[in-house]
Amino acid sequence: MTTTSLSPGRTWARLPRRHVPVLVTLALLLVLYGVGVSQYRAFSNVQVVFNVFIDNGFLLVVAVGMTFVILTGGIDLSVGSVVAMTAMVSAFLLREGWPAALVLVVALLIGPTLGFLMGCVIHFFDIQPFIVTLAGMFFARGMCTFISDSSIPITDGFWTTMSQQRIGDPSGTFVSISVLIAFAVVAVAAYVLAYTRLGRNVYAVGGNAQSALLMGLPVGRTRIAVYTISGLCAAVGGILLSFYTLSGAPLIAVGMELDVIAAVVIGGTVLTGGAGYVFGTVLGVLVLGVIQTLITFDGSLNSWWTKIVIGGLLFAFILLQRLIGIRYK
Amino acid sequence: MSTAQSRYRALTTHRLFWPVVVLVALVVANTVYRPGFLSVQVRDGHLYGSLIDILRLSAPLILVALGMTLVIATGGIDLSVGSLCAISGAVACLYISRQPDQNSMGGVLTALALGLAVALVLGAWNGVLVAVIGIQPIIATLILMVAGRGLAQLITEGQILTINSSPYKAIGVGHLLTLPLAIFIALAAALLIAAVTRRTALGLIVESVGGNARASRLAGIRSARITFLVYVISAACAAVAGFMMTANVSSADGNAAGLWVELDAILAVVIGGTSLAGGRFSLGGTILGALLIQTLTTTVYAMNISPQTSLLFKAVVVIAVCLIQAPGFRARFTRRRRVPAPAAAGADETRKEQVPA
Repeated sequence: MTTTSLSPGRTWARLPRRHVPVLVTLALLLVLYGVGVSQYRAFSNVQVVFNVFIDNGFLLVVAVGMTFVILTGGIDLSVGSVVAMTAMVSAFLLREGWPAALVLVVALLIGPTLGFLMGCVIHFFDIQPFIVTLAGMFFARGMCTFISDSSIPITDGFWTTMSQQRIGDPSGTFVSISVLIAFAVVAVAAYVLAYTRLGRNVYAVGGNAQSALLMGLPVGRTRIAVYTISGLCAAVGGILLSFYTLSGAPLIAVGMELDVIAAVVIGGTVLTGGAGYVFGTVLGVLVLGVIQTLITFDGSLNSWWTKIVIGGLLFAFILLQRLIGIRYK
Repeated sequence: MSTAQSRYRALTTHRLFWPVVVLVALVVANTVYRPGFLSVQVRDGHLYGSLIDILRLSAPLILVALGMTLVIATGGIDLSVGSLCAISGAVACLYISRQPDQNSMGGVLTALALGLAVALVLGAWNGVLVAVIGIQPIIATLILMVAGRGLAQLITEGQILTINSSPYKAIGVGHLLTLPLAIFIALAAALLIAAVTRRTALGLIVESVGGNARASRLAGIRSARITFLVYVISAACAAVAGFMMTANVSSADGNAAGLWVELDAILAVVIGGTSLAGGRFSLGGTILGALLIQTLTTTVYAMNISPQTSLLFKAVVVIAVCLIQAPGFRARFTRRRRVPAPAAAGADETRKEQVPA
């Protein structure tokens, strides 16, 4: 920890400072939404907001898992592939005629298992998270094509119900069940981070692993736990994605890890760990979603503008974090 | 301990021992599976054969990995190289496609210069973010990795730009002295970088910046300038690799060109024994790592396994090589065999590895 943040003279400025990135993201989100409403009449429809959630529910869940990992100062590149693998495995098992409940259990176990293994390698063998999760990414993506080279449609009754069920007014404003699941994940994650021992350990390890160890905190267990959590979130995200697309495809969610990392960073979580909130991540995902919606509404802009704008936003937010003096390496 | 034993020990604990073993094992496996694997034939005055193919196809990866080695030696990382490959290739192809005569040498050279210039500017952008503004390298280059793909697609307008230019095509598939030209380009780049870093003090300075940037600045080294420089060099290497990739297929695809090459390059560097924590580097190891990865890819293709499934093998090899090289794993392994672990050598490295990625 830097000495400045501990000096008594700065205490008055410390608390608000930590909230500045999240507040800026919130302001940006409101501005983007305002631009949309002022430019396009249909944008003010409440359903537009709900659609952002419906289209990005799985992204939100995965980003929540990534928040845990980044808070400890690590990174998990495997999430996109794990999402694809989970969707693929569920589609494959359903085609083989397994009952839906069993498929759900199996699919939800794969992600955390892989995450747990990666966490163990990272902790016990002292290999960089970047390399280990990269190998995990290759492994999961390879498994996808190993299962099938082409996309497998899902016709299972439970899946189609989950996909088509509309909560609210089916003809007017509604959300899908996926959105509710995503909200539940967000709520649980926010509670765990803020009010449980595990959550505080995550912040402590991210702030300074050495100090956390000297304080007697279970650094190793926490580190393994965050990768397991990230794997679990990726698995849930994969299930939500399979609800959304009603299929499992080997090349789905390629490069999704970048969107996820971008959302977490735009949400104000510092990449060196120790500072950030789940709420910020929700805002980050919403910013990405609203940008996509804006570009879709415009019609004349092409999809690659999304990437350029996301890159620009990443730059702006990192610069902001730098300017307000949150600790960097 | 007898001399034979200690020599054996020195050999097996050498950081390039296991990568070499894996490479040799791959070549042997290939030869067993396909007896013609090692044969090299002369056709139309050019050499043909699987080994030559591997060398030719690994040329872009070697180039990117060389630049990456220097970046990683300073303790940084450059995720944007794949996007830079796509952008430089797209710029060059766009310029050539606008020429009335696509085969004119002058036009092609101007196109190359333009592509290189754009890459240098973007490399300088990375360098400024890391060295001047002080943003973490992984995130500073992530910006260009995401936005760069968009830029490349913007340049090609989302299309696949096809060109018909024989001088440009030569970069990828041309021949010189019976060998593919690409090999010579990669070799020249390797020799140039080796000469500049190992024949002058530059390599040592790069390593000292990676070891401790502040300490080396206090020792009179302009750390920021060195950090800036390695990102520009990395971008230049990526640009040349981008020319090769697009020349190979005579078209520029903003989406697919150089996709995931940054990951392969980082793997090549790590397999080659350069620590991600910075502070030392091995150019020879990097080239070996790149060859290992390309041989693995070619092996998988040759065995009629789907290209995507090759990732599975890559994952296994990566994790195996990294585990074997990891000091923590070695210590455990040697302890189990009840041989006193060389703690002094291991402890040193472990301390270095604890820098967060």
